[in-house]
Amino acid sequence: MNLPAKLVAGVIALAFLTGLSTSDNRLTDRQRALHALNRLAFGPRPGDVDAVMKDGVNTWIEQQLHPEGIPDRAVQARVDSLPTMRLSNAQIMRTYYAPVLAARKEAKAEAKDGEIDKKEARREFMRDVPPNQRPQVVMNELVEQRILRAAESDRQLNEVMVDFWMNHFNVFSGKGIDRFLLTSYERDVIRPHIWGRFEDLLMATAKSPAMLFYLDNARSIAAPENRPREPQRYYGWGFGRGRMMARPQQQNKQQGGLNENYAREIMELHTLGVDAGYTQKDVTELARVLTGWTITNQRDGGEGAAFIFRPRLHDAGAKTVMGIRFAPGGGMEEGERMIHVLAHHPATAHHIAYKLCQRLVADEPPPALVDRVAKRFLATDGDLREMVRAVIASPEFWDPASYRAKVKSPFEYTISAVRAVNAQITDPSAIARSLQQIGEPLYGAQPPTGYSDKADVWINTGALMNRLNFALSLAANKLPGVHGDVVSLIPAGQAADASHSVEALALALTGGTLTEETRSTIKSRIVERKAPSEDPWDNTQLPTVAGLILGSPEFQRQ
Amino acid sequence: MINRRFFLKSSGLALVGGSLLPNVFVKMANASTTKGSKTLVAIFQRGAVDGLNMIVPFGEKAYYDARPTIAVPRPGGQGGALDLDGFFGLHPSLASLMPYFKDHSAAFVHAVGSPDATRSHFDAQDFMESGTPGVKSTEDGFLSRAMGMKKGTPMSPLRAVALSPALPRILAGSAGAVAMTNLGQFGIHGGANVSGGFESMYAEAVAGTLGGTAKESFDAARILKSADPQKLQPENGALYPNGPLGNSLKQIAQLIKSNVGLEVAFADVSGWDTHAGEGGAQGQLANNLTNFSNAIAAFTQDLGSRMGDVVLVTMSEFGRTVHENGNRGTDHGHANVMIVLGGGVKGGKVYGKWPGLSSQQLYENRDLAITTDFRDVFAELLTKQLAVPSLKSVFPGYDSSAGKWRGILA
Repeated sequence: MNLPAKLVAGVIALAFLTGLSTSDNRLTDRQRALHALNRLAFGPRPGDVDAVMKDGVNTWIEQQLHPEGIPDRAVQARVDSLPTMRLSNAQIMRTYYAPVLAARKEAKAEAKDGEIDKKEARREFMRDVPPNQRPQVVMNELVEQRILRAAESDRQLNEVMVDFWMNHFNVFSGKGIDRFLLTSYERDVIRPHIWGRFEDLLMATAKSPAMLFYLDNARSIAAPENRPREPQRYYGWGFGRGRMMARPQQQNKQQGGLNENYAREIMELHTLGVDAGYTQKDVTELARVLTGWTITNQRDGGEGAAFIFRPRLHDAGAKTVMGIRFAPGGGMEEGERMIHVLAHHPATAHHIAYKLCQRLVADEPPPALVDRVAKRFLATDGDLREMVRAVIASPEFWDPASYRAKVKSPFEYTISAVRAVNAQITDPSAIARSLQQIGEPLYGAQPPTGYSDKADVWINTGALMNRLNFALSLAANKLPGVHGDVVSLIPAGQAADASHSVEALALALTGGTLTEETRSTIKSRIVERKAPSEDPWDNTQLPTVAGLILGSPEFQRQ
Repeated sequence: MINRRFFLKSSGLALVGGSLLPNVFVKMANASTTKGSKTLVAIFQRGAVDGLNMIVPFGEKAYYDARPTIAVPRPGGQGGALDLDGFFGLHPSLASLMPYFKDHSAAFVHAVGSPDATRSHFDAQDFMESGTPGVKSTEDGFLSRAMGMKKGTPMSPLRAVALSPALPRILAGSAGAVAMTNLGQFGIHGGANVSGGFESMYAEAVAGTLGGTAKESFDAARILKSADPQKLQPENGALYPNGPLGNSLKQIAQLIKSNVGLEVAFADVSGWDTHAGEGGAQGQLANNLTNFSNAIAAFTQDLGSRMGDVVLVTMSEFGRTVHENGNRGTDHGHANVMIVLGGGVKGGKVYGKWPGLSSQQLYENRDLAITTDFRDVFAELLTKQLAVPSLKSVFPGYDSSAGKWRGILA
């Protein structure tokens, strides 16, 4: 054994010890740093664990709780370079939705005169649209910024919480025009509010065109007998003719009525939780309260595709929601009052606390912890930063029972693997495709529940296979647009022989959490196929070794 | 594809024979020498499909009163329902299922569902898949428990397969089930060393979810590799429509034809949550139903005589409101419709007691009432099709004894 190899062996022995020493019921400093980087970030990059240990994990956490103080210029510059990221809803609709509408219209006209198939004609017209103005550009860029930020931003906890809240207030990009509204939703509705008060976040989502459209409140209007007076005109929204709404049969008669979709989900999913004792009657009454909360069109002045309250579509009758009475003749303040009530309800505090603890601590979070975090929510007027702080400061968060107790979601898994190999992303679309295969396409959850934060949903047979295949492709540098070099992860000279290369790579990629069984499996499968006489070790097997490590059971956990 | 006009014309004809007539697949299977194992294929219409517009109670005036813009017209007229029995009619977009109703291999169950009152998609799906309406703490799915009851038979790792990216709740549990979206890509894309390496790594990982999942995956991948089912082309001129359901059913047919020991297959299809602009004979729901029924028809056609060993059943978490809402759609309701198709089905009949649609007959004054518990349908299918020996632990706390069955299977 030469000197560098001995050094590596020493480092490994040390890492191995720290990796196992949970018996004294306390995490070591290294474990604490790794735990923080796994749960409060998308996993460590090479060197991150040491860097966090150097300043102390508490210092790092405090910085992460105040993301605005962390300069993030490189990532911000890349995000800014994506044209749609700075556009408003209306600008996006004008640029990217207008060609779709025009193609539809022209195709319809052509199909009328002849034998031409409408769909085929529409495809023809869309082919003439320059590639950078096609509708898919909007979602592609949104997905791109999300992956870039998760992988490369130094505001890691911020990105974790964006993921959490985007999922809590899920909006599905596949529903109608929502693919044009999600850019502003994430940028203007979710991101600015995740460190503030829950009520503000809830109110922002309630007034967001994306949510109003997704859960149909934009089209929910008072039954004719409950309208203050007959509306004079037809209201559409967004860009164009408002074709998503049922058309009026008479010029002066607004068609439509109550739609209780959003009223149900704001109580069940966004605030109180499903067992909180509200009734079907409460759902219907809340839907009445929220009538008239809709989306502007161009005739409203302004640029369109923004929130508006239309008094004429609002239910003017008396209503009672969860025991709260509203006298006839009220307006938008009724909905605001109810959102205030929902945001401060103890059931909401518990529901949000439960979900947050499930995300950050354990699939089945300790009830005592959930109760404490819920109390913190109520005591701080729903201060979301204080809630996150309460979770992180809890003994349960740092309990060895929580350490590596959660299986990574597909997003956490893919991004943490990219970070582990320190890959540079020039084009995130391959990662986006992998996420689809592993089961979590970004902005792709159709039901309002969003994606689950529990392992048993994610770890199933097909998805596991796709995780392993992703690991192999990434490590072999075969993901287009994602460039990693696993050989460079091992300091020069320390890759002197095969066995030690495996040990060094395992340490670099997992921070020493790989079990001895896994390491010896890799060695026996890969390394020992090379006869000792073939030394010096030529490193050509290292990508495969790295793929096995990134696919290992240990790397699936956090 | 099947000519719709033909069915519109012939749907008015009186049905020949009673429901005792053995269905066409039974006859075909009896003639055929291949006796494969029995398979149950379950399709979940996630999002709560509007069963009242699938199997239309055109004989009921209240249906038309409640749905001024989205009702499917009575048979005979333009876009009219296809008459099934003088009272119920098939949505015209389900025309491709009509031949199977006529040859007695397809039946419908109406006013069926889960008795829990929830109108939450999430909870209702959860209850239906766990098989324990109202009980949240159930950890596994009822199809998994049913498979678990079948001990002693050689267990194929592909005995329970979900064609979905994630393992659905209904198959979660200790019986073992695999989820996949693409048979051809299921497996490790690397050499034997690499896949062997992963296999032994995960064999060591005894800790819960990961270890168990992996063993099933690797075993299933091995079988798939040697059976190579994806090479099988659709037969009998079957043409699967584009879309997730067609894709899933095509692959389920490949698995069945490959004799890999498939007993339960599951696929889901979404897009049924029609709160706005649902449409009647045409429109949003109609388009989804066309794809849905064409996928099922293609599957049935593809399997040909093997359909004698297969029963396909559909379900959805709850029905939709009887009255259309303010946006020409429907909100969350209660009872719904199930389709049962395949060998052994005593088809050509709409099963279930019809509760009626007049306002005093509705559940909570708004929804179609449930007269058949979905567990009674599954109890019969699991017993007769899969020979599940006991249903006690499949539907704990629920009496699903034979006396409550609707007699849908021979």
